Order: sequence, then structure tokens, then C-alpha cells
Amino acid sequence: MAVNKQSAAESQAMTGNEALAEAMRQINPDVVAAYPITPATEIVQIFSSFHADGLVDTELVLVESEHSAMSAVIGASAAGARAMTATSSQGLALMHEMLYIASGSRYPIVMPVVNRALSAPLNIHCDHSDTMGSRDAGWVQIYSENAQEGYDNVIQAIRIAEHNEVQVPVMVMIDGFIISHGMENVFTLDDQTVRSFIGPFKPRFPLLDVDNPVSVGPVDFTDFYFEHKRQHHEAMVKVKPVILEIAEEYAKISGRKYGLFEEYMLDDAEVAVVVISSAAGTTRYVVDKLRRAGVKAGMLKLRVFRPFPAEELAEALQHVKAIAVMDRADSLSAQGGPLFAELRSALFDLPKRPLTTNYIYGLGGRDVPVADIESVFNDLLTTVSTGVAGPKVRFLGVRE
Amino acid sequence: MVASLKELATREDRLTSGHRACAGCGFPIVIKMVLMSTDDPVVVANATGCAEVCTSIYPYTAWNVPWIHSAFENTAASLSGVESAYRSLKKQGKIKDDRPIRFVAFGGDGGTYDIGLQALSGAMERGHQLMYVCYDNGAYMNTGIQRSSATPIGANTTTSPTGKKSFGKVQPRKDLAAIMAAHNIPYVGQASIHNHRDLMTKAEKGFKCDGPAFLNVFAPCRLGWGFDPKNILDICKLAVDSCMWPLFEVENGVWKVNYKPRTKIPVADYLKTQTRFRHLFRPGNEEVLAQIQEDVDRRWERLLEMEAITNKK
Repeated sequence: MAVNKQSAAESQAMTGNEALAEAMRQINPDVVAAYPITPATEIVQIFSSFHADGLVDTELVLVESEHSAMSAVIGASAAGARAMTATSSQGLALMHEMLYIASGSRYPIVMPVVNRALSAPLNIHCDHSDTMGSRDAGWVQIYSENAQEGYDNVIQAIRIAEHNEVQVPVMVMIDGFIISHGMENVFTLDDQTVRSFIGPFKPRFPLLDVDNPVSVGPVDFTDFYFEHKRQHHEAMVKVKPVILEIAEEYAKISGRKYGLFEEYMLDDAEVAVVVISSAAGTTRYVVDKLRRAGVKAGMLKLRVFRPFPAEELAEALQHVKAIAVMDRADSLSAQGGPLFAELRSALFDLPKRPLTTNYIYGLGGRDVPVADIESVFNDLLTTVSTGVAGPKVRFLGVRE
Repeated sequence: MVASLKELATREDRLTSGHRACAGCGFPIVIKMVLMSTDDPVVVANATGCAEVCTSIYPYTAWNVPWIHSAFENTAASLSGVESAYRSLKKQGKIKDDRPIRFVAFGGDGGTYDIGLQALSGAMERGHQLMYVCYDNGAYMNTGIQRSSATPIGANTTTSPTGKKSFGKVQPRKDLAAIMAAHNIPYVGQASIHNHRDLMTKAEKGFKCDGPAFLNVFAPCRLGWGFDPKNILDICKLAVDSCMWPLFEVENGVWKVNYKPRTKIPVADYLKTQTRFRHLFRPGNEEVLAQIQEDVDRRWERLLEMEAITNKK
């Protein structure tokens, strides 16, 4: 994120959930269907107050489950409406079937997701196991470090999802409680700026065009299913340049510039941590501290996990000697977390590969103190000095 | 008031012929009659199942009206989203057309009584302006005739097969129309395709009432029930004349039995027409037959009581 030109006085104190709800108010979707779940509940609760005060034109559909929330949003989107929902954890898992149907039928739905650990055991705190479980559901996935990024990402997501070349749903993540309930200064845009940035929704084949009837969601057998999946694949390939193009445009109205990921002190870094979402804040602090001590430390914070920016990541990390890949989810493949698997694969074609180690951290909301990140950098420095990476998959902050 | 047969014959087929349902199948008749019951534009939502699979094999469609399918258990939720979009866009002046659009869902008993019951209950409770029509053929026919909670006692299905120690399905069918009536929605009807006048009157009421409506329509499956296709309407008539499938409606909480057979025929006369009940007529199953008759009688009496109670001045 580029340095903000606005003065602090122009910002507002907001929690992550408040920032996302505010973005939704400004987007003013035609339909919102949702079901409460901690820690995302507040988004819809706050949005319901906007609705109760007549601040939005939205039809609010307060359904009896997340499965029905996604189903209703799919119905609304097919009808020709701009439709949104928000959820977390178990709710996202209950939607799982419908996530594939939303993306496979190419409905441009946008959904904020507040990351929370999946059961069992039951836990309401942050980790990324929920959305990492949906990583292959055909949605674009954008992760946010803080409330500001959550706000900015939701607004940009509308444009990404609805882009003619894309037409794929987008989920935008913030970390549960750490960000959703943490208060920070957020710069918002004025309503008119947001509305002209997103523009009116232009449905392609709306059901409500009764004079031009369409059948959506037909059965698709051996003769066409594969071609339709291939088209979905092509759309995902086209997402990356679209994200960058929209980020460019967004920078003009906001002064905040986004990429597929953020590089921090990475240009000359010898050791680097690759991280997603709020733990980037702690990592950045440790990088600064190490830099003051003369250590060439850097960070790469991934924003877009789907589509996975493999070539760009390889390019950005090729010069680094040792990399720690931080996963706030364990894929339980016994081979490390999902980010680790994909990043290692991205680095595989480099003529000289950096040494990589995986750290599974922060599951179920386990705190990630500065000392833990410092220990990761210490491990990396040992790797560099010995030339040996050591155990491939490690756990941070867990009692063995 | 339902139009005359002559006039109905001139109306546009909203579900065209050429779909791939079996000869003698009930659901296409249900859908055609329901959609003929309104002149207004309609949007249809369809649960996964025979009706969806037989009418929408890409790149063909049998539907002359806007149609959406997304999954099995969510049809009411999905249609509630479509209907909410309509209200939202209409309210915002984004739809200029003054004709009201009617919203109707079709699902089989598997998608309605069982896996879709939660989504259906939710949509009914929320009061959307839509009608849900269950075409009830008493089993999961699309997946190969498995028992559902709509399967009657004694029916042979692939998951309640007859055997040395089994006479078919043990449990009586769920009373879905009563469950829907308990949602206090303005209109609930139970109908059968052999009586087009009754079915279409109910569909008209369902489309026109203020709020959600539910229709449960008897829709035989020749493959799952085992009968000659030409007998479909006779079988429906026997079901109704035996009071196995009563025709009734619940309008704003008031129950009305729309047809009371002058002579209530024994349920065995209905059961005999289908191979799924064949085993019940073998020696040793007399008790099961008696149990089925008892169940039918008990439910019929209960229905008459509901009519009497809710019509008391």
C-alpha cells in the first residue's frame, strides 16, 4: 500500500467490520442475503441499521442458513441484481456447494469473509482454514491486512467481479477479531466517488428480462461441461491484469495503490518472510528492527491468492537466499500449508531456487508476538549461514 | 375461474414438448397446468431432479419462460433471491414494465419434503411473493427410486426393498401440506393432475394471493411405480377416490376439502394398479394392507376435522 497523502484528521476510527459495512453501504447492492456468524455478524448487523434508516435501496433477505444466503444471492444475481453477502468459517463451509455453483455459473457476486478457524474443535478466533478450504472453488480471493485494505478491496472487488473478461465471484478477507473487531483509522471515499467508480450493474442475461427468456443453470454433460470449465479457467487467467488495471484506477481516486502482493524491503533482501493478512503488520515491524541492525530482511505480503500470481512471485523472490512461508492454515497434507505448497511450486522453475521453510502459525487465533517472527528470521539467517534449510514444515507458537 | 378447455388449448406452451421425460410421467402435466393458470409473465426456479434434468440438457431447453436451476435443496431460497431482486429493482425504478411478474418453483418430493425443507420453510416464513409447487411422486426417482419421506407405507423402493423380512417402506408419509399450512401462509393446496379444473383453480389462487403459496401435486412416476403409461390419470383418480390423496386447500387458515368421494373406494383398489405394491397382495401381508387402510382413514378423518374446526363461526 502506498503512503497515504491524506492527513490523519480526515480518517475515521473504525473496526474492520464497520469498514466493510461502510463499503457495502456505499456500494448500495440491490440485494443482500445473509445469516449471522461470529465474527462476521456485525457486518450484516451494521448494514441492517443502514437499511432500517433508509440509507440503502437494498432488499435485505434474512435467510435461515448460509447455504440459503448464497442460494438467494445466486438467484438475485441471475435475476439481474448486484448482490452481496458476508460470512465466516462454518458459514463459508456450509456454503461450500453453492460457492462452486456461483463461480461455475459465472455470477459476479462479492462476499466479504472474516477469517475464522474451522471446527473441530470449535473455535471462533482467526485463522485462514475457512477460506483456504474454499481456495479451489473458482472464486477470486483477495486478503486484506487491515480495515483500510478490507474497505478498499471490497470496493475494487465489485469492479473485478463484474469486469466483462472476468464475471467470476470475489471473496475479500479480513482477519477475524484481530481486524474485524480491532479499531483503526480508516480513510473512506465519499459516496459519489465510490458510486461512479463502481458504476451501475449491467447484467448480461437477466431472468427478469421476461421477453427474452433464458435458461440458466442447465444440466451439462460430457459434450459441453469440459468446455465450460475451460472457459472458467480462461477467465481466471485474465483476472490478474484486470486486478492491476482496476488498482491503478483506484489509486487515482484514493491515493492508495494495490498490487497482487506488497513487497516490503524486498529489493536487496537476503532473507524474507511471505505472509498473508494481519500478521504482515508484526512482520513489517520486525523487518524494520532487523534493518536497523543491518540485517537484509524483507517481507512479501500476498494480497491475491486466487488466481495465484506464481510468475510474479517467482520474479519478486528469485534473489532471496532463504524464505519463510507463513501459513495460518494447515492443509493437513502432511506437507505443509497451502501457501507453502503453491509458493514452492512457483519457485521450482527458477534457475537458482531460494531455500524455503514453512511455518504453520496462529491457528485458532493463537497470538503471533514479535518474538515469534524474530525467531523465524533467526532461523532464516541460520539457513543462509549453513546453506541448509532444516525441517521443511515447522510450527510457530505451539506447545509440542 | 379456470378458462375452458377450448381456450386453454390456444395458450402458449410454456414448457414445450420435446423434453425428455418418460411417456406417462406426471411432472410435465403439473408444470404445464400450473403455468397455464396465469397470463402474467413468470420466472421459474427448478430443483435438481427429473424435471430439471429432462428439460434443460445443454444446449437445449424446453422452457419458453425464464428459468433457473442452481442446486437440489435450495430452490425456495434461490427463487426468494430472484423475487427480492425483482422487488428491489422495481422499487428503484429500474424495471419499467408494469405487468406483474409471477415467481414459481418446481421441485420433486425429495427436493421438497426432505433436503429442501429448511430452505422452503425459510422462504415461506419470510413471506416472499412466490409459489412453490411440489410434484410429488413419492420417491427419489431421478437417482433411481429411493425412498423419501413422501413414500407411502409398503412401497417397494431401491432403498426400502421388499425382502424376506421386509414389506417395503415402514413409515407413513410426512404430511407436508399441513407443515406448510403451519407456516400461516395465505394459501396451501393439494391437487392432482387428473382434475385439471381443481389444480388450475388452486394454481390461480396461489399466483394471486398476497404472499407465499404452496401446492402439493400428485404426479405419478411410471418407472418408479410400475404402471402402463396410459393409466396415469386413472391411477390419480383412484388415489383421490380412495382418499389416499385428498384434494384440499387451506386459505388463510381455513381448511376446505375440495372433493369428497360419494363412495370411498378401498385403498387396495389403488395399490393394485402399481407394481411397487404388488408384494402386499401376497399371503402374509394382510396386516400391512390393513395398516395402510387404517392410516388413510385416520388421515381422512383428521382432514374432515380440520375443515370442521376451522370453518366454525
